Amino acid sequence: MAFAVVSDLHKRYRPGAPEAVAGVSFEVSEGEIFGLLGPNGAGKTTTIGAMTTRVRPTSGQVTIDGFDVVRDAVAVKQRIAMVPQRPNLDRALTAIEVLTFHAAYFGFGRQQRRARAMELLSLLGLEGREDEEINTYSGGMAQRLMIARALMHDPRMLFLDEPTTGLDPQSRLFLWDRVADLRARGVTLLLTTHDMAEADLLCDRIAIVDHGEVIALDTPRGLRNLLPGDRGLEIGVTGDADPATVFQRFGEVEVADATDDGRNVRIYATNPLAELVAAADAAGLRVEGVRRIEGTLEDVFVHLTGRDLR
Amino acid sequence: MSAPVVQAPQLGQRRAQITAFKAMCGRDCWVILRHDLAGFLAQSLLQPLFFLFIFGRVLPEIGAAQGSYGAQLLPGIIALTLFLTSLQNTALPLVIDFSFTKEIEDRLLAPLSAWALAVQKMVMASLRGIVAGLAIIPLAALILPGGVDFADVSWLGFVVLLLVGPLAGASVGLLLGTAVEPQKISTMFAVTLTPLLFTGATFYPWQALDTLRWFQVLTLLNPLTYLSEGMRGALTTIPALGAGWVALGLVVATAIFGTLGVRGFTRRATD
Ligand SMILES: Nc1ncnc2c1ncn2[C@@H]1O[C@H](COP(=O)(O)OP(=O)(O)OP(=O)(O)O)[C@@H](O)[C@H]1O
Ligand SMILES: [Mg+2]
Repeated sequence: MAFAVVSDLHKRYRPGAPEAVAGVSFEVSEGEIFGLLGPNGAGKTTTIGAMTTRVRPTSGQVTIDGFDVVRDAVAVKQRIAMVPQRPNLDRALTAIEVLTFHAAYFGFGRQQRRARAMELLSLLGLEGREDEEINTYSGGMAQRLMIARALMHDPRMLFLDEPTTGLDPQSRLFLWDRVADLRARGVTLLLTTHDMAEADLLCDRIAIVDHGEVIALDTPRGLRNLLPGDRGLEIGVTGDADPATVFQRFGEVEVADATDDGRNVRIYATNPLAELVAAADAAGLRVEGVRRIEGTLEDVFVHLTGRDLR
Repeated sequence: MSAPVVQAPQLGQRRAQITAFKAMCGRDCWVILRHDLAGFLAQSLLQPLFFLFIFGRVLPEIGAAQGSYGAQLLPGIIALTLFLTSLQNTALPLVIDFSFTKEIEDRLLAPLSAWALAVQKMVMASLRGIVAGLAIIPLAALILPGGVDFADVSWLGFVVLLLVGPLAGASVGLLLGTAVEPQKISTMFAVTLTPLLFTGATFYPWQALDTLRWFQVLTLLNPLTYLSEGMRGALTTIPALGAGWVALGLVVATAIFGTLGVRGFTRRATD
Protein backbone atom coordinates (compact mmCIF):
# COMPACT_ATOMS: atom_id res chain seq x y z
CA MET A 1 0.00 0.00 0.00
CA ALA A 2 1.26 3.48 -0.81
CA PHE A 3 2.42 5.32 2.28
CA ALA A 4 3.51 8.52 0.57
CA VAL A 5 1.86 9.81 -2.58
CA VAL A 6 3.20 12.72 -4.61
CA SER A 7 0.93 13.77 -7.42
CA ASP A 8 1.80 16.33 -10.05
CA LEU A 9 3.88 18.38 -7.62
CA HIS A 10 5.01 21.78 -8.88
CA LYS A 11 7.14 24.28 -7.01
CA ARG A 12 8.20 27.72 -8.15
CA TYR A 13 10.03 29.59 -5.39
CA ARG A 14 9.41 33.03 -6.83
CA PRO A 15 7.17 34.32 -9.57
CA GLY A 16 9.22 34.36 -12.74
CA ALA A 17 11.85 31.93 -11.46
CA PRO A 18 12.04 28.59 -13.26
CA GLU A 19 10.15 25.74 -11.64
CA ALA A 20 12.33 23.90 -9.13
CA VAL A 21 9.93 20.97 -9.33
CA ALA A 22 7.95 20.71 -12.54
CA GLY A 23 5.26 18.06 -12.22
CA VAL A 24 6.67 15.21 -10.15
CA SER A 25 4.53 12.17 -9.34
CA PHE A 26 5.48 8.97 -7.53
CA GLU A 27 4.32 6.73 -4.74
CA VAL A 28 6.35 5.16 -1.96
CA SER A 29 4.96 1.95 -0.52
CA GLU A 30 4.92 1.25 3.18
CA GLY A 31 8.25 -0.27 4.19
CA GLU A 32 9.89 0.58 0.89
CA ILE A 33 13.26 2.27 0.47
CA PHE A 34 12.88 4.82 -2.25
CA GLY A 35 15.77 6.76 -3.77
CA LEU A 36 15.83 10.14 -5.45
CA LEU A 37 18.81 10.64 -7.72
CA GLY A 38 19.61 13.65 -9.81
CA PRO A 39 22.23 16.28 -10.59
CA ASN A 40 22.71 19.32 -8.34
CA GLY A 41 19.69 21.58 -8.47
CA ALA A 42 17.45 18.88 -9.93
CA GLY A 43 14.80 19.46 -7.29
CA LYS A 44 15.42 16.59 -4.85
CA THR A 45 15.59 18.69 -1.70
CA THR A 46 12.60 20.72 -2.83
CA THR A 47 10.58 17.53 -3.35
CA ILE A 48 11.54 16.30 0.11
CA GLY A 49 10.71 19.74 1.50
CA ALA A 50 7.18 19.50 0.12
CA MET A 51 6.77 15.98 1.54
CA THR A 52 7.94 17.10 4.97
CA THR A 53 5.69 20.21 5.14
CA ARG A 54 8.67 22.57 4.86
CA VAL A 55 8.00 23.71 1.29
CA ARG A 56 4.59 24.94 0.19
CA PRO A 57 3.65 23.32 -3.12
CA THR A 58 2.78 25.77 -5.89
CA SER A 59 0.35 23.13 -7.13
CA GLY A 60 -0.20 19.42 -6.88
CA GLN A 61 -0.73 17.28 -3.83
CA VAL A 62 1.32 15.26 -1.38
CA THR A 63 -0.09 12.86 1.18
CA ILE A 64 1.70 10.88 3.88
CA ASP A 65 -0.22 7.98 5.38
CA GLY A 66 -3.32 9.52 3.82
CA PHE A 67 -2.79 12.96 5.39
CA ASP A 68 -2.37 15.99 3.18
CA VAL A 69 0.88 17.82 3.94
CA VAL A 70 -0.74 21.23 3.69
CA ARG A 71 -4.10 20.65 5.40
CA ASP A 72 -2.98 18.08 7.98
CA ALA A 73 0.59 19.18 8.60
CA VAL A 74 0.57 18.19 12.27
CA ALA A 75 -0.57 14.64 11.55
CA VAL A 76 2.12 14.38 8.89
CA LYS A 77 4.81 15.69 11.23
CA GLN A 78 3.84 13.12 13.85
CA ARG A 79 4.71 10.38 11.37
CA ILE A 80 7.93 11.55 9.79
CA ALA A 81 11.51 12.41 10.59
CA MET A 82 14.06 14.21 8.52
CA VAL A 83 17.83 14.30 8.24
CA PRO A 84 18.43 17.50 6.31
CA GLN A 85 21.17 18.18 3.81
CA ARG A 86 22.33 21.23 5.75
CA PRO A 87 22.90 21.14 9.51
CA ASN A 88 20.11 22.69 11.57
CA LEU A 89 21.00 21.48 15.05
CA ASP A 90 19.79 23.52 18.00
CA ARG A 91 23.11 25.06 18.96
CA ALA A 92 21.94 26.45 22.26
CA LEU A 93 21.95 22.87 23.53
CA THR A 94 24.43 20.09 24.19
CA ALA A 95 24.31 16.92 22.13
CA ILE A 96 22.25 14.93 24.58
CA GLU A 97 19.89 17.85 25.13
CA VAL A 98 19.30 18.04 21.40
CA LEU A 99 18.04 14.47 21.55
CA THR A 100 16.07 14.65 24.78
CA PHE A 101 14.30 17.89 23.92
CA HIS A 102 13.52 16.57 20.47
CA ALA A 103 11.88 13.53 22.05
CA ALA A 104 10.05 15.81 24.48
CA TYR A 105 8.51 17.71 21.56
CA PHE A 106 7.10 14.37 20.45
CA GLY A 107 5.70 13.54 23.88
CA PHE A 108 8.21 11.03 25.22
CA GLY A 109 8.48 10.75 29.00
CA ARG A 110 11.56 11.96 30.85
CA GLN A 111 12.98 8.53 31.74
CA GLN A 112 12.37 7.12 28.32
CA ARG A 113 13.97 9.94 26.43
CA ARG A 114 17.17 9.98 28.42
CA ALA A 115 17.66 6.23 28.10
CA ARG A 116 16.92 6.30 24.42
CA ALA A 117 19.20 9.25 23.81
CA MET A 118 22.11 7.54 25.54
CA GLU A 119 21.49 4.39 23.54
CA LEU A 120 21.43 6.21 20.22
CA LEU A 121 24.49 8.27 21.10
CA SER A 122 26.46 5.16 21.85
CA LEU A 123 25.14 3.48 18.72
CA LEU A 124 26.38 6.43 16.68
CA GLY A 125 29.74 6.51 18.39
CA LEU A 126 29.13 9.77 20.23
CA GLU A 127 29.23 8.42 23.78
CA GLY A 128 31.49 10.40 26.05
CA ARG A 129 30.78 13.50 24.00
CA GLU A 130 27.13 13.86 24.91
CA ASP A 131 27.63 16.88 27.15
CA GLU A 132 29.56 18.89 24.60
CA GLU A 133 28.20 21.96 22.88
CA ILE A 134 27.19 21.38 19.28
CA ASN A 135 29.66 24.03 18.17
CA THR A 136 32.53 21.75 19.09
CA TYR A 137 31.25 18.94 16.89
CA SER A 138 32.91 18.16 13.57
CA GLY A 139 30.80 18.08 10.41
CA GLY A 140 30.52 14.30 10.40
CA MET A 141 29.66 14.18 14.09
CA ALA A 142 26.92 16.75 13.59
CA GLN A 143 25.61 14.62 10.75
CA ARG A 144 25.54 11.55 12.99
CA LEU A 145 23.77 13.51 15.69
CA MET A 146 21.11 14.58 13.20
CA ILE A 147 20.62 10.93 12.30
CA ALA A 148 20.24 10.06 15.99
CA ARG A 149 17.78 12.92 16.37
CA ALA A 150 15.66 11.63 13.50
CA LEU A 151 15.53 8.18 15.07
CA MET A 152 14.60 9.53 18.52
CA HIS A 153 10.86 9.66 18.00
CA ASP A 154 10.48 6.39 16.14
CA PRO A 155 9.07 7.79 12.88
CA ARG A 156 6.94 5.81 10.44
CA MET A 157 8.72 7.43 7.50
CA LEU A 158 12.26 8.74 7.44
CA PHE A 159 13.62 11.24 4.95
CA LEU A 160 17.37 11.26 4.45
CA ASP A 161 18.71 14.07 2.27
CA GLU A 162 22.26 13.04 1.32
CA PRO A 163 22.75 11.34 4.67
CA THR A 164 26.19 9.92 3.95
CA THR A 165 27.77 13.06 2.53
CA GLY A 166 30.58 13.98 4.89
CA LEU A 167 30.58 10.68 6.75
CA ASP A 168 33.67 8.50 7.10
CA PRO A 169 33.47 4.95 5.69
CA GLN A 170 32.70 3.43 9.09
CA SER A 171 29.80 5.77 9.69
CA ARG A 172 28.57 5.15 6.20
CA LEU A 173 28.56 1.40 6.72
CA PHE A 174 26.89 1.97 10.06
CA LEU A 175 24.17 4.04 8.44
CA TRP A 176 23.57 1.35 5.85
CA ASP A 177 23.08 -1.15 8.68
CA ARG A 178 20.63 1.19 10.36
CA VAL A 179 18.72 1.55 7.12
CA ALA A 180 18.48 -2.23 6.91
CA ASP A 181 17.23 -2.34 10.53
CA LEU A 182 14.63 0.28 9.84
CA ARG A 183 13.43 -1.57 6.80
CA ALA A 184 13.10 -4.72 8.86
CA ARG A 185 10.88 -2.77 11.25
CA GLY A 186 8.68 -1.60 8.41
CA VAL A 187 9.80 2.02 8.39
CA THR A 188 9.35 3.70 5.03
CA LEU A 189 12.45 5.49 3.75
CA LEU A 190 13.11 8.11 1.17
CA LEU A 191 16.72 9.05 0.56
CA THR A 192 18.74 11.11 -1.85
CA THR A 193 22.37 10.48 -2.57
CA HIS A 194 25.03 11.16 -5.14
CA ASP A 195 26.66 7.83 -4.37
CA MET A 196 25.34 5.47 -7.03
CA ALA A 197 26.69 2.36 -5.35
CA GLU A 198 24.82 3.35 -2.22
CA ALA A 199 21.59 3.88 -4.11
CA ASP A 200 22.02 0.59 -5.92
CA LEU A 201 22.67 -1.25 -2.67
CA LEU A 202 19.94 0.28 -0.54
CA CYS A 203 17.01 1.26 -2.70
CA ASP A 204 14.08 -0.86 -3.75
CA ARG A 205 13.17 1.70 -6.36
CA ILE A 206 14.83 4.82 -7.66
CA ALA A 207 13.49 7.91 -9.36
CA ILE A 208 15.99 9.86 -11.41
CA VAL A 209 15.06 13.54 -11.48
CA ASP A 210 16.47 16.21 -13.73
CA HIS A 211 15.29 19.79 -14.18
CA GLY A 212 12.46 19.18 -11.75
CA GLU A 213 11.04 16.18 -13.57
CA VAL A 214 11.19 12.45 -13.04
CA ILE A 215 12.92 11.12 -16.12
CA ALA A 216 13.11 7.49 -15.03
CA LEU A 217 11.60 5.47 -12.20
CA ASP A 218 12.33 1.81 -11.69
CA THR A 219 14.15 -0.75 -9.62
CA PRO A 220 17.96 -0.48 -9.85
CA ARG A 221 17.95 -3.50 -12.15
CA GLY A 222 15.21 -2.00 -14.30
CA LEU A 223 17.20 1.22 -14.59
CA ARG A 224 20.32 -0.63 -15.69
CA ASN A 225 18.30 -2.12 -18.49
CA LEU A 226 17.74 1.39 -19.82
CA LEU A 227 21.27 1.46 -21.21
CA PRO A 228 21.05 1.00 -24.96
CA GLY A 229 22.27 -2.44 -25.93
CA ASP A 230 23.66 -4.68 -23.23
CA ARG A 231 26.78 -2.72 -22.70
CA GLY A 232 29.04 -0.32 -24.42
CA LEU A 233 32.51 1.12 -24.42
CA GLU A 234 33.82 4.43 -23.27
CA ILE A 235 36.80 5.45 -25.39
CA GLY A 236 39.07 8.42 -24.81
CA VAL A 237 40.30 9.89 -28.07
CA THR A 238 42.43 12.80 -29.25
CA GLY A 239 42.41 14.21 -32.77
CA ASP A 240 40.53 16.61 -34.99
CA ALA A 241 37.85 14.40 -36.51
CA ASP A 242 34.36 14.44 -34.99
CA PRO A 243 34.02 11.18 -33.03
CA ALA A 244 30.25 11.28 -33.43
CA THR A 245 30.49 10.82 -37.19
CA VAL A 246 33.36 8.37 -36.97
CA PHE A 247 31.58 5.93 -34.67
CA GLN A 248 28.02 6.57 -35.80
CA ARG A 249 27.76 3.42 -37.87
CA PHE A 250 28.43 1.13 -34.87
CA GLY A 251 25.49 2.25 -32.75
CA GLU A 252 24.39 5.04 -30.45
CA VAL A 253 27.22 7.49 -29.69
CA GLU A 254 27.54 10.09 -26.91
CA VAL A 255 30.41 12.58 -27.01
CA ALA A 256 31.41 14.55 -23.95
CA ASP A 257 33.04 17.99 -24.07
CA ALA A 258 36.72 18.13 -24.93
CA THR A 259 39.12 18.14 -21.97
CA ASP A 260 42.91 18.36 -21.82
CA ASP A 261 43.05 14.62 -22.33
CA GLY A 262 40.87 14.69 -25.40
CA ARG A 263 37.28 13.57 -25.57
CA ASN A 264 35.35 10.73 -24.02
CA VAL A 265 33.08 8.90 -26.38
CA ARG A 266 30.45 6.41 -25.24
CA ILE A 267 29.52 3.90 -27.89
CA TYR A 268 26.67 1.54 -27.15
CA ALA A 269 27.50 -1.29 -29.53
CA THR A 270 28.63 -4.91 -29.42
CA ASN A 271 31.34 -4.68 -32.11
CA PRO A 272 34.78 -5.99 -31.14
CA LEU A 273 37.11 -3.36 -29.79
CA ALA A 274 39.55 -3.86 -32.68
CA GLU A 275 36.94 -2.63 -35.17
CA LEU A 276 36.38 0.53 -33.21
CA VAL A 277 40.09 1.22 -32.86
CA ALA A 278 40.58 0.61 -36.59
CA ALA A 279 37.80 3.07 -37.40
CA ALA A 280 39.38 5.65 -35.11
CA ASP A 281 42.79 5.14 -36.73
CA ALA A 282 41.37 5.48 -40.20
CA ALA A 283 39.81 8.84 -39.24
CA GLY A 284 43.00 10.12 -37.61
CA LEU A 285 41.80 9.80 -34.04
CA ARG A 286 44.22 8.49 -31.42
CA VAL A 287 42.72 6.10 -28.85
CA GLU A 288 44.06 7.04 -25.40
CA GLY A 289 42.04 4.74 -23.22
CA VAL A 290 39.17 2.32 -23.16
CA ARG A 291 36.70 1.40 -20.45
CA ARG A 292 33.90 -1.10 -20.62
CA ILE A 293 30.57 0.36 -19.50
CA GLU A 294 29.40 -2.22 -17.03
CA GLY A 295 25.89 -1.03 -16.67
CA THR A 296 26.39 0.53 -13.26
CA LEU A 297 23.79 2.93 -11.99
CA GLU A 298 26.32 5.67 -12.60
CA ASP A 299 26.45 4.79 -16.28
CA VAL A 300 22.67 4.90 -16.44
CA PHE A 301 22.65 8.21 -14.62
CA VAL A 302 25.14 9.80 -16.98
CA HIS A 303 23.35 8.29 -19.96
CA LEU A 304 20.06 9.85 -18.83
CA THR A 305 21.21 13.21 -17.53
CA GLY A 306 24.24 13.92 -19.68
CA ARG A 307 27.71 15.00 -18.72
CA ASP A 308 27.20 18.74 -18.45
CA LEU A 309 27.88 20.33 -15.11
CA ARG A 310 24.92 21.91 -13.36
CA MET B 1 23.59 -4.26 17.38
CA SER B 2 20.25 -2.83 16.66
CA ALA B 3 18.53 0.49 17.23
CA PRO B 4 16.49 0.51 20.42
CA VAL B 5 12.85 -0.14 19.75
CA VAL B 6 10.32 2.00 21.51
CA GLN B 7 6.73 2.71 20.89
CA ALA B 8 6.16 6.33 19.96
CA PRO B 9 3.45 7.96 22.08
CA GLN B 10 0.14 7.80 20.25
CA LEU B 11 -1.16 11.27 20.97
CA GLY B 12 -4.18 12.90 19.42
CA GLN B 13 -3.28 15.99 17.42
CA ARG B 14 -4.57 18.39 20.03
CA ARG B 15 -2.67 16.72 22.83
CA ALA B 16 0.40 16.40 20.65
CA GLN B 17 0.37 20.12 19.98
CA ILE B 18 -0.06 21.02 23.64
CA THR B 19 2.75 18.64 24.58
CA ALA B 20 5.08 20.06 21.97
CA PHE B 21 4.19 23.61 22.99
CA LYS B 22 5.02 22.91 26.62
CA ALA B 23 8.22 21.05 25.77
CA MET B 24 9.42 24.01 23.70
CA CYS B 25 8.71 26.38 26.57
CA GLY B 26 10.68 24.00 28.75
CA ARG B 27 13.55 24.11 26.31
CA ASP B 28 13.55 27.91 26.24
CA CYS B 29 13.50 28.17 30.04
CA TRP B 30 16.31 25.66 30.25
CA VAL B 31 18.43 27.59 27.78
CA ILE B 32 17.98 30.89 29.64
CA LEU B 33 18.62 29.42 33.06
CA ARG B 34 21.57 27.32 32.07
CA HIS B 35 23.41 29.50 29.60
CA ASP B 36 22.00 32.87 29.29
CA LEU B 37 20.68 34.40 32.49
CA ALA B 38 23.39 36.99 33.08
CA GLY B 39 23.51 37.93 29.41
CA PHE B 40 19.77 38.19 29.22
CA LEU B 41 19.53 40.45 32.27
CA ALA B 42 22.37 42.68 31.10
CA GLN B 43 20.85 42.97 27.66
CA SER B 44 17.40 43.89 28.90
CA LEU B 45 18.23 45.97 31.96
CA LEU B 46 21.17 48.11 30.91
CA GLN B 47 19.25 50.59 28.78
CA PRO B 48 16.40 51.20 31.26
CA LEU B 49 18.90 51.52 34.10
CA PHE B 50 20.75 54.25 32.26
CA PHE B 51 17.50 56.04 31.50
CA LEU B 52 16.58 55.90 35.17
CA PHE B 53 19.99 57.06 36.27
CA ILE B 54 20.43 59.92 33.80
CA PHE B 55 16.86 61.22 33.67
CA GLY B 56 15.76 60.31 37.18
CA ARG B 57 18.95 61.01 39.11
CA VAL B 58 21.48 63.05 37.16
CA LEU B 59 19.19 65.61 35.54
CA PRO B 60 17.41 66.51 38.82
CA GLU B 61 20.81 66.60 40.52
CA ILE B 62 22.17 69.23 38.12
CA GLY B 63 18.91 71.12 38.18
CA ALA B 64 17.86 70.27 34.61
CA ALA B 65 14.72 68.51 35.84
CA GLN B 66 12.50 68.58 38.89
CA GLY B 67 13.25 66.23 41.74
CA SER B 68 9.88 64.57 41.37
CA TYR B 69 10.56 63.66 37.75
CA GLY B 70 11.84 60.26 38.81
CA ALA B 71 8.44 59.29 40.17
CA GLN B 72 6.83 60.18 36.84
CA LEU B 73 9.53 58.36 34.95
CA LEU B 74 9.44 55.02 36.73
CA PRO B 75 6.10 53.73 35.36
CA GLY B 76 7.26 54.65 31.87
CA ILE B 77 10.55 52.82 32.33
CA ILE B 78 8.82 49.70 33.63
CA ALA B 79 6.52 49.83 30.62
CA LEU B 80 9.44 50.37 28.27
CA THR B 81 11.32 47.43 29.72
CA LEU B 82 8.31 45.12 29.51
CA PHE B 83 7.60 46.18 25.96
CA LEU B 84 11.04 46.36 24.38
CA THR B 85 12.44 43.27 26.08
CA SER B 86 9.55 41.22 24.72
CA LEU B 87 9.82 42.86 21.34
CA GLN B 88 13.53 42.24 20.94
CA ASN B 89 13.44 38.73 22.36
CA THR B 90 10.84 37.82 19.78
CA ALA B 91 12.31 39.58 16.79
CA LEU B 92 16.05 39.01 17.06
CA PRO B 93 16.08 35.22 17.50
CA LEU B 94 13.60 34.86 14.65
CA VAL B 95 15.78 36.87 12.30
CA ILE B 96 18.78 34.74 13.15
CA ASP B 97 16.88 31.47 13.00
CA PHE B 98 15.13 32.11 9.73
CA SER B 99 18.01 33.58 7.82
CA PHE B 100 21.19 32.09 9.14
CA THR B 101 21.20 29.10 11.43
CA LYS B 102 17.97 27.40 10.31
CA GLU B 103 17.78 26.08 13.86
CA ILE B 104 14.08 26.70 13.91
CA GLU B 105 13.64 23.84 11.43
CA ASP B 106 13.74 21.23 14.16
CA ARG B 107 10.81 22.93 15.85
CA LEU B 108 8.96 23.39 12.59
CA LEU B 109 9.12 19.62 12.17
CA ALA B 110 7.74 18.96 15.63
CA PRO B 111 4.00 18.18 15.80
CA LEU B 112 2.89 21.78 16.20
CA SER B 113 1.19 24.17 13.77
CA ALA B 114 3.33 27.03 12.58
CA TRP B 115 0.98 29.59 14.15
CA ALA B 116 1.22 27.82 17.50
CA LEU B 117 5.00 27.96 17.27
CA ALA B 118 4.73 31.70 16.63
CA VAL B 119 2.57 32.04 19.74
CA GLN B 120 5.08 29.96 21.70
CA LYS B 121 7.84 32.37 20.70
CA MET B 122 5.71 35.32 21.81
CA VAL B 123 4.81 33.74 25.14
CA MET B 124 8.42 32.98 26.04
CA ALA B 125 9.61 36.43 24.99
CA SER B 126 6.83 37.93 27.09
CA LEU B 127 8.02 35.90 30.04
CA ARG B 128 11.46 37.40 29.60
CA GLY B 129 9.84 40.82 29.43
CA ILE B 130 8.03 40.20 32.71
CA VAL B 131 11.22 39.08 34.46
CA ALA B 132 13.09 42.15 33.23
CA GLY B 133 10.18 44.48 34.06
CA LEU B 134 10.04 43.19 37.63
CA ALA B 135 13.81 43.21 38.03
CA ILE B 136 13.92 46.91 37.24
CA ILE B 137 11.81 47.83 40.30
CA PRO B 138 14.30 47.05 43.11
CA LEU B 139 17.06 48.59 41.03
CA ALA B 140 14.98 51.74 40.61
CA ALA B 141 14.58 51.88 44.39
CA LEU B 142 18.35 52.15 44.63
CA ILE B 143 18.83 54.65 41.82
CA LEU B 144 15.99 57.14 42.13
CA PRO B 145 16.48 59.89 44.75
CA GLY B 146 12.93 59.46 46.02
CA GLY B 147 13.13 55.68 45.94
CA VAL B 148 10.05 53.73 44.85
CA ASP B 149 6.74 54.57 46.40
CA PHE B 150 4.03 51.95 45.97
CA ALA B 151 1.50 53.62 48.29
CA ASP B 152 -1.07 54.35 45.61
CA VAL B 153 -0.71 51.18 43.58
CA SER B 154 -3.68 49.54 41.92
CA TRP B 155 -2.44 45.96 42.08
CA LEU B 156 -5.03 44.54 39.75
CA GLY B 157 -4.17 47.06 37.06
CA PHE B 158 -0.46 46.47 37.58
CA VAL B 159 -0.73 42.68 37.26
CA VAL B 160 -2.96 42.86 34.20
CA LEU B 161 -0.55 45.25 32.50
CA LEU B 162 2.37 43.06 33.50
CA LEU B 163 0.76 40.22 31.56
CA VAL B 164 -0.73 42.06 28.61
CA GLY B 165 1.95 44.67 27.95
CA PRO B 166 4.71 42.22 27.05
CA LEU B 167 2.36 40.39 24.69
CA ALA B 168 1.78 43.64 22.84
CA GLY B 169 5.54 44.10 22.58
CA ALA B 170 6.05 40.53 21.45
CA SER B 171 3.42 40.88 18.73
CA VAL B 172 5.21 43.93 17.34
CA GLY B 173 8.46 41.92 17.55
CA LEU B 174 6.91 39.02 15.67
CA LEU B 175 5.97 41.33 12.84
CA LEU B 176 9.35 43.06 12.75
CA GLY B 177 11.22 39.76 12.89
CA THR B 178 9.37 38.24 9.96
CA ALA B 179 8.37 41.22 7.82
CA VAL B 180 11.51 42.06 5.90
CA GLU B 181 14.34 40.33 4.11
CA PRO B 182 17.29 39.51 6.36
CA GLN B 183 19.54 41.96 4.52
CA LYS B 184 17.23 44.83 5.46
CA ILE B 185 16.75 43.84 9.06
CA SER B 186 19.24 46.23 10.63
CA THR B 187 17.68 49.17 8.78
CA MET B 188 14.30 47.95 9.92
CA PHE B 189 15.33 47.96 13.56
CA ALA B 190 17.05 51.31 13.28
CA VAL B 191 14.00 53.04 11.83
CA THR B 192 11.44 51.45 14.14
CA LEU B 193 13.07 51.12 17.56
CA THR B 194 14.04 54.74 18.10
CA PRO B 195 10.60 56.16 17.25
CA LEU B 196 8.95 53.45 19.36
CA LEU B 197 11.20 54.38 22.25
CA PHE B 198 10.58 58.11 22.18
CA THR B 199 6.92 58.32 21.17
CA GLY B 200 5.70 55.86 23.81
CA ALA B 201 4.87 58.30 26.66
CA THR B 202 7.78 56.79 28.53
CA PHE B 203 9.53 60.00 29.53
CA TYR B 204 6.48 62.24 29.89
CA PRO B 205 2.81 61.84 30.88
CA TRP B 206 0.67 61.79 27.77
CA GLN B 207 -1.72 64.45 29.12
CA ALA B 208 1.15 66.89 29.45
CA LEU B 209 1.38 66.96 25.66
CA ASP B 210 -1.84 69.01 25.45
CA THR B 211 0.04 71.96 24.07
CA LEU B 212 1.73 69.84 21.41
CA ARG B 213 -1.46 68.48 20.01
CA TRP B 214 -0.15 66.97 16.76
CA PHE B 215 2.50 65.02 18.63
CA GLN B 216 0.01 63.93 21.25
CA VAL B 217 -2.22 62.46 18.57
CA LEU B 218 0.70 60.86 16.78
CA THR B 219 1.84 59.03 19.91
CA LEU B 220 -1.51 57.26 20.07
CA LEU B 221 -0.28 55.14 17.18
CA ASN B 222 2.42 53.65 19.39
CA PRO B 223 1.17 50.72 21.50
CA LEU B 224 3.79 51.57 24.12
CA THR B 225 1.88 54.79 24.86
CA TYR B 226 -1.03 52.78 26.25
CA LEU B 227 1.23 50.59 28.35
CA SER B 228 3.16 53.54 29.79
CA GLU B 229 -0.02 55.45 30.53
CA GLY B 230 -1.61 52.35 32.03
CA MET B 231 1.38 51.87 34.30
CA ARG B 232 1.33 55.50 35.26
CA GLY B 233 -2.34 55.19 36.19
CA ALA B 234 -1.75 51.97 38.11
CA LEU B 235 1.35 53.04 40.02
CA THR B 236 0.87 56.77 40.63
CA THR B 237 -1.71 59.48 41.06
CA ILE B 238 -0.42 61.39 38.04
CA PRO B 239 -3.31 61.98 35.60
CA ALA B 240 -3.15 59.34 32.86
CA LEU B 241 -5.20 57.88 30.04
CA GLY B 242 -8.31 56.11 31.30
CA ALA B 243 -8.24 52.37 31.84
CA GLY B 244 -10.76 51.86 29.05
CA TRP B 245 -8.53 53.58 26.51
CA VAL B 246 -5.49 51.71 27.76
CA ALA B 247 -7.26 48.36 27.43
CA LEU B 248 -8.60 49.27 24.00
CA GLY B 249 -5.21 50.44 22.74
CA LEU B 250 -3.36 47.37 23.96
CA VAL B 251 -5.94 44.87 22.77
CA VAL B 252 -6.27 46.44 19.33
CA ALA B 253 -2.52 46.75 18.91
CA THR B 254 -1.89 43.17 20.02
CA ALA B 255 -4.63 41.89 17.73
CA ILE B 256 -3.39 43.79 14.67
CA PHE B 257 0.34 43.23 15.13
CA GLY B 258 -0.21 39.69 16.35
CA THR B 259 -2.28 38.75 13.30
CA LEU B 260 0.18 40.32 10.88
CA GLY B 261 3.08 38.79 12.78
CA VAL B 262 1.65 35.28 12.78
CA ARG B 263 0.93 35.66 9.08
CA GLY B 264 4.51 36.79 8.48
CA PHE B 265 5.80 33.91 10.57
CA THR B 266 3.85 31.23 8.72
CA ARG B 267 4.96 32.74 5.43
CA ARG B 268 8.60 32.56 6.49
CA ALA B 269 8.16 29.13 8.09
CA THR B 270 7.60 27.45 4.74
CA ASP B 271 9.60 28.18 1.60
N1 LIG C 1 14.77 28.40 -0.71
C1 LIG C 1 14.92 28.55 -2.04
N2 LIG C 1 14.64 29.71 -2.63
C2 LIG C 1 14.77 29.87 -3.96
N3 LIG C 1 15.20 28.91 -4.80
C3 LIG C 1 15.50 27.71 -4.27
C4 LIG C 1 15.39 27.46 -2.87
N4 LIG C 1 15.75 26.18 -2.64
C5 LIG C 1 16.09 25.67 -3.84
N5 LIG C 1 15.95 26.58 -4.83
C6 LIG C 1 16.18 26.35 -6.27
O1 LIG C 1 15.42 25.24 -6.67
C7 LIG C 1 16.15 24.40 -7.54
C8 LIG C 1 16.19 22.98 -6.98
O2 LIG C 1 16.94 22.99 -5.79
P1 LIG C 1 17.04 21.73 -4.84
O3 LIG C 1 17.71 22.18 -3.59
O4 LIG C 1 15.70 21.10 -4.72
O5 LIG C 1 18.02 20.78 -5.66
P2 LIG C 1 18.70 19.39 -5.26
O6 LIG C 1 18.25 18.39 -6.28
O7 LIG C 1 18.43 19.06 -3.85
O8 LIG C 1 20.24 19.71 -5.49
P3 LIG C 1 21.56 19.22 -4.69
O9 LIG C 1 21.96 17.91 -5.25
O10 LIG C 1 22.57 20.27 -5.04
O11 LIG C 1 21.23 19.19 -3.25
C9 LIG C 1 17.52 25.04 -7.69
O12 LIG C 1 17.52 25.75 -8.91
C10 LIG C 1 17.62 25.99 -6.53
O13 LIG C 1 18.36 27.12 -6.88
MG1 LIG D 1 19.59 18.88 -2.19
